[in-house]
Amino acid sequence: MHELSITQSILNIALSSAENAHAKKINKIKITLGEMTGCVPQYIQEYFDIVSEDTIAYGAKLEFNRIPAVAKCLDCGKETKLIRFRFRCEHCNNQKLTIISGKEFLVDSIDIDD
Amino acid sequence: MEIKVVHQILEWNEDCSDEIKSELKEKKVCLVNVMGSPGAGKTSIITSIIKTMSEKFRIGVIEGDIAGQIDAERMQKLGVPVVQLNTDGACHIEAMAIQNMLPDFDLNSLDVIFVENIGNLVCPAEFNIGEAFRIALLSIPEGDDKVEKYPLMFQTTDALILNKYDMIEYFDFDEERVVRNAKDINPDIDIFRVSNKTGFGLDAFTTWLGNKIEEKINA
Repeated sequence: MHELSITQSILNIALSSAENAHAKKINKIKITLGEMTGCVPQYIQEYFDIVSEDTIAYGAKLEFNRIPAVAKCLDCGKETKLIRFRFRCEHCNNQKLTIISGKEFLVDSIDIDD
Repeated sequence: MEIKVVHQILEWNEDCSDEIKSELKEKKVCLVNVMGSPGAGKTSIITSIIKTMSEKFRIGVIEGDIAGQIDAERMQKLGVPVVQLNTDGACHIEAMAIQNMLPDFDLNSLDVIFVENIGNLVCPAEFNIGEAFRIALLSIPEGDDKVEKYPLMFQTTDALILNKYDMIEYFDFDEERVVRNAKDINPDIDIFRVSNKTGFGLDAFTTWLGNKIEEKINA
């Protein structure tokens, strides 16, 4: 359900960028989505098809680039892919890690007809 | 033609959350985000907090609910300022809603505002609302698998309250599993075993809470 307000935000960002570029139509919106965010891409597309009605973004395809959750160990310095948020270095078992990717959530680019 | 945008999707909420934080910091008020499932005991724990801590701190409450004002009415009887926030169906509270509520409080005469978020282990975790810290509740009857099923909620919280702890002998609740999983995803989490009904564990929790509030308002 919280995807709805997020979808509205995606639409606003895309429309304002398209307006700056004097676009006539938005064909595609590329979104970078970290695995540590709780959003469901399929729902976002479904909501998008509804909230974008009567805008130049109607019919646009949302393309999601999923970024894996990766953290760096503050002890041994090696990287660990975080599975289901589990904070433990797979090399030395240390629990002090710093997240280096997986929290991204942004509109990366839009494809337009001008 | 492709044009680069690179714009944070949650920026509207993050910006608003930051504005609330700086306004409250100036007023020396600490906002606490209280989250958990429907029926986990959020209202009851806030009620206990008011009863035991209102001599030390000047407390206000924002009661988030999808509809109605049952909880707010319950809390108003305790003599603290309570504002009801109805989300009209939405599953979480956003920063903007909190910002709109703040003028309803006299911030100069408050130390702490507790926000009772919508009963839900998923969506509220995603939205910062200007809070200084978060408290998540998990009640024993909900089961010991919830930390694994809803990791974001328990990864982003400062404290976890295992509520209705007096029920533990009636349920197959593997406490060690919850603690291990919570520490795995959130090594700095503080965990409290509490029963609102019997008062068990409330002292330890309110001591922690008092220290945390003082640390934040004096920061």
